[in-house]
Amino acid sequence: MSTQVAYRDAPFQLRGSTFTMMVLKVSDPRNPNFFPVLSGKIAQAPNFFRHAPVVLDLDDLPAGVPFDFESFVKLLRNLGLIAVGLQGGTKEQQDAALAVGLALLQAPRGKVEMFDPLAGTGRSPAQGLANVQAQAQPPAHAPAPAAPVMLEPPPPPRASMLVTEPIRSGRQIYAAGCDLIVVGPVSPGAELLADGSIHVYGTLRGRALAGVSGDQNARIFCQSLEAELVSIAGLYRVSEDMDKDIRRRQVQIYLNNGFLHIDPVSA
Amino acid sequence: MAKIITMTSGKGGVGKTTSSAAVGTGLALRGFKTCIIDFDVGLRNLDLIMGCERRVVFDFINVINGEARLNQALIKDKRVENLYILPTSQTRDKDALTLEGVGKILDELKKEFDYIICDSPAGIEKGALMALYWADHAIVVTNPEVSSVRDSDRILGVIQAKSRRAEQGLEPVQEHLLVTRYDVERVEKGEMLKVDDVLEILAIPLLGIIPESPAVLKASNVGMPVVLDDKSNAGQAYADAVGRFLGEKIEHRFIKPEKKGLLDRLLRRTA
Repeated sequence: MSTQVAYRDAPFQLRGSTFTMMVLKVSDPRNPNFFPVLSGKIAQAPNFFRHAPVVLDLDDLPAGVPFDFESFVKLLRNLGLIAVGLQGGTKEQQDAALAVGLALLQAPRGKVEMFDPLAGTGRSPAQGLANVQAQAQPPAHAPAPAAPVMLEPPPPPRASMLVTEPIRSGRQIYAAGCDLIVVGPVSPGAELLADGSIHVYGTLRGRALAGVSGDQNARIFCQSLEAELVSIAGLYRVSEDMDKDIRRRQVQIYLNNGFLHIDPVSA
Repeated sequence: MAKIITMTSGKGGVGKTTSSAAVGTGLALRGFKTCIIDFDVGLRNLDLIMGCERRVVFDFINVINGEARLNQALIKDKRVENLYILPTSQTRDKDALTLEGVGKILDELKKEFDYIICDSPAGIEKGALMALYWADHAIVVTNPEVSSVRDSDRILGVIQAKSRRAEQGLEPVQEHLLVTRYDVERVEKGEMLKVDDVLEILAIPLLGIIPESPAVLKASNVGMPVVLDDKSNAGQAYADAVGRFLGEKIEHRFIKPEKKGLLDRLLRRTA
């Protein structure tokens, strides 16, 4: 919510957001079949690849093999792919990438899965993609990184935070980096905060703020909406401004085109 | 020059918030630009009594911490012109208050308002000290019973020792006594202290006597300052107290048992 305050009068809004992007692991760029094979891959799902942002990863490139960012980016562009950044890489590679306008991205936690949209495993393409977190703005209380060096990998994300007891007035619960699930009721004057979504299976009478670090895809779900205030990624609504016909109903709250929507969930 | 009025008591549950709402609203009705601040961090109630709990977005603590501007946290009353409420945080505690932070906000409010009412929490600890430190006036709310009187005596001592005016050797804080929940019939029966007994112990000027009245609870529950209920004796008594605060000579009412007619007695009408 401090985001909302700080930028309310500014002519722009600066928010963190998470995108799913493809990572192109390059191991042998000099192979004459490199682009023809890539082109063939793209031809299998042209709509999926059209103007898709791509992050380059040169970790598999043997040491000493030169890499010409400028021409490589151009060739990708000819195939309809837009190189947006470099993941990891040596100091020289990073400097060269910056020189052609690519962003430097931290390697995500864990191993990057191989991407094959037509693998036929039944999963959606997004599940096979590497998750690249665009430098999201950290929550207000997080210390700023000291230097742009490779940071310690953050701990593995928790899937969610579960609270089973009723949440009394005056309590504040923050689910850092994950969703918050509350089984019981939330009293007036209590405050729920989550970087992800918030699910309340009791009556929500307090405040609920989802996506507090800027995730606009976060949502709030509750069994009975009697909240004092709801907010997603800093956009909020107080109870006085909520429609009467959604009060005490099962609803979901989400952002769409920069507006906060509160819709009943039909059972 | 803006005046800071602290509503305090030492003891809890005597009617500080009800009185803050009523006196603040009364001053605004008289045309003074008035702001009521809830100092009871963690036990936020003023917004309920004032009926604006559904409009709270930012609070006093957000402003102290620089997370919101004062104008974003101030809630304008919908019924009375010139009346504003600064709600407090329910999720924080008294440690969120600092003398400098509070002083800075009061200075800012002083530029815009005629009267600033600080609704103190009970006790004599940090929250109460923060609410009384910057006071120009203190309204001490007391119930006509011994424990409340003793606690009021204690808080008067704190005001005389720990307020800014005391610390800096300025003209002392002006003290006023507001006796609330005064039940004439029980006083007559000797079950409650008389106003005179209270005055003898506390020895400060009497601002008003608010009769025990069902209108007070009713008003609280619907979020309306009782002073707006001008049919009720409590509402009228608060309006009188505001007049006295502004220097008017108004006789005290509701301190003698009503002469009840036969019909009244038969119907057992109260209040």
